[in-house]
Amino acid sequence: MSKDIDVNAGLRESATFDRTTMAEIRRAADTGIYDIRGFGAKRKLPHFDDLLFLGASMSRYPLEGYREKCNTKVTLGTRFAKKPIELDIPVTIAGMSFGALSANAKEALGRGASLMGTSTTTGDGGMTPEERGQSSKLVYQYLPSRYGMNPDDLRKADAIEVVLGQGAKPGGGGMLLGQKITDRVAKMRTLPMGVDQRSACRHPDWTGPDDLAIKILELREITDWQVPIYIKVGATRTYYDVKLAVKAGADVIVVDGMQGGTAATQDVFIEHVGIPTLAAIPQAVQALQEMGMHRKVQLIVSGGIRNGADVAKCMALGADAVAIGTAALIALGCNDPKYDEEFRKIGSAAGYYDDYHEGKDPTGISTQNPDLMQRLDPVVAGRKLANYLNVLTLEAQTLARACGKNDLRNLEPEDLVALTVESAAMARVPLAGTSWIPGQSF
Amino acid sequence: MKTVDLQKQSVRELNQALHDQVAECTEREWVVTDPKGAHNIACGLDQNLTVDIQGHAGYYCAGMNKKAHITVHGNVGQGVAENMMSGVVRIKGDASQAAGATAHGGLLVIEGNAGARCGISMKGVDIVVKGNVGHMSCFMGQAGNLVVCGDAGDALGDSLYEVHIYVKGSVKSLGADCVEKEMRPEHISELSELLNRAGVEEDPAAFKRYGSARQLYNFKVDNASAY
Ligand SMILES: Cc1cc2nc3c(=O)[nH]c(=O)nc-3n(C[C@H](O)[C@H](O)[C@H](O)COP(=O)(O)O)c2cc1C
Repeated sequence: MSKDIDVNAGLRESATFDRTTMAEIRRAADTGIYDIRGFGAKRKLPHFDDLLFLGASMSRYPLEGYREKCNTKVTLGTRFAKKPIELDIPVTIAGMSFGALSANAKEALGRGASLMGTSTTTGDGGMTPEERGQSSKLVYQYLPSRYGMNPDDLRKADAIEVVLGQGAKPGGGGMLLGQKITDRVAKMRTLPMGVDQRSACRHPDWTGPDDLAIKILELREITDWQVPIYIKVGATRTYYDVKLAVKAGADVIVVDGMQGGTAATQDVFIEHVGIPTLAAIPQAVQALQEMGMHRKVQLIVSGGIRNGADVAKCMALGADAVAIGTAALIALGCNDPKYDEEFRKIGSAAGYYDDYHEGKDPTGISTQNPDLMQRLDPVVAGRKLANYLNVLTLEAQTLARACGKNDLRNLEPEDLVALTVESAAMARVPLAGTSWIPGQSF
Repeated sequence: MKTVDLQKQSVRELNQALHDQVAECTEREWVVTDPKGAHNIACGLDQNLTVDIQGHAGYYCAGMNKKAHITVHGNVGQGVAENMMSGVVRIKGDASQAAGATAHGGLLVIEGNAGARCGISMKGVDIVVKGNVGHMSCFMGQAGNLVVCGDAGDALGDSLYEVHIYVKGSVKSLGADCVEKEMRPEHISELSELLNRAGVEEDPAAFKRYGSARQLYNFKVDNASAY
């Protein structure tokens, strides 16, 4: 390690050209190609930490922390589906592809979610038997690439999620680099082994919301109107996207904010496209309310959700449920410090690792290497995920009871205040200690 | 033979009746009359049925078909036989855009012309078009065969993976990474078999073959502008 810099010697680092920026310029100059990585946005953004709950006191009546019931169950897809999805907790596992993740990781996600009575989601690579087998409720993604898409799996799914975009890359398609296109992954995607695969960013057989409405009817026809159909969008023009999604016939809308994780995307895309999750939720809720569809078309929010406070804040802003990706992977063991030495051998460090696309993940999660994959025991990792989901739920319930709510969905914006002007404006709740919501009053 | 008049029964009723044939097949031959361009006719079938649609159909006709033989005696809208797995879909008239999109298997025959993006992201299906195809046909095509007896529009086979494309007429332009390739004996025999199966009389030797140059398979600095 190099010696610490002596700040007294008058050395000053540039805020504009800081060390990360300089390193990126050098990397670009050396390689001539943009940086591709996994994980979500790393820059600091207005986020749920900028919101606080107003617990009950004189004017509100709290519930007993341990005794009084605080419902966490939620039903998704009540608009058109004959068989809506009933979840015991409002935290679902977001779509992450087999290919990006190892089969063991997918199995662990299924095990953990099923233990807690919630759903998992396939991804840009089709449905694996491991995942279907271990997930009591499985959402099947319908993506632009349509890799592995087939009517048999469609009919096996408990819900279908039409993916229009992801928070990490709204307007971009998936990527899976050659190292991870093993024989099995290649077969599932009908691709030659070892290609750097770029998934389509546009759906091949519809353009625009009017076509999408017919597409959704097709999916309903194929599945005999049994299962809910979700539409997932990356957060950008969320107000309009949600209105159009409702009009196109969605049962459930998934809004993924710019902090949302990814398996492989250009860094410039992750950091510079989309709006923060915090800013997207009120837009989505407003759109639903204006159409008289809030709670009728359910809203799932994702992008940077880490703890029960984040869950409770999403719900207070009007979400019906949340989805987690990165946090679920960390619960399984992603970036585990016990592998720090190995992370350093591949030019990273525990806590910093984001090169999911390289397939060298020492924890066995974002890899297709059989030796590395073996390190992840799906039963143990699944148990860890279940524990973590349980904590998220208990924490969210703690906050809801403190606000006097016997159902997580009774939390409301009125229970929240903001710590910064930015977060007050985005979340549309007053700056703490004031009645000021920037943009709505003076 | 069972006849369903789509002016008297809904598409939902028709599709449900066709899907019910999976559990218990009570009728193999179906005729659909008066479709009047309705969308999603006969999609999601999974049984050895023959379905004759007497008129024009809208979007996604025969979508995700498995096993069934479906004939449309008219034109079809967007995404006919999209994501088909097996079976045969034959269109007597013209097909709109994205015909056979992402289809994995089976045979799609279009006796008229096909619009833009015919065979987009196809994954193993065989498509035979007697007439012309529009621009961006076979965009990102992964596997299978596309046979065009007429002309092809702009950017044929853009970002192609492993589809074999055969065109008899002119090609307005080739898309990124798509090149003309040599017609070797195995291609002539593959093409004659495809034409045979489709019931189309053409001389295989009159076709040219196009495929992927495989230059975009791995990220290379010199390809940066193509990404
Ligand atoms: C490894 C990984 C793979 C992903 N693959 C997909 C995918 O195939 N399809 C998709 O819609 N989203 C995908 N996502 C995004 C997630 O579904 C979700 O939107 C995001 O992870 C939520 O944000 P969070 O990671 O901050 O919880 C992926 C995310 C990760 C981390």
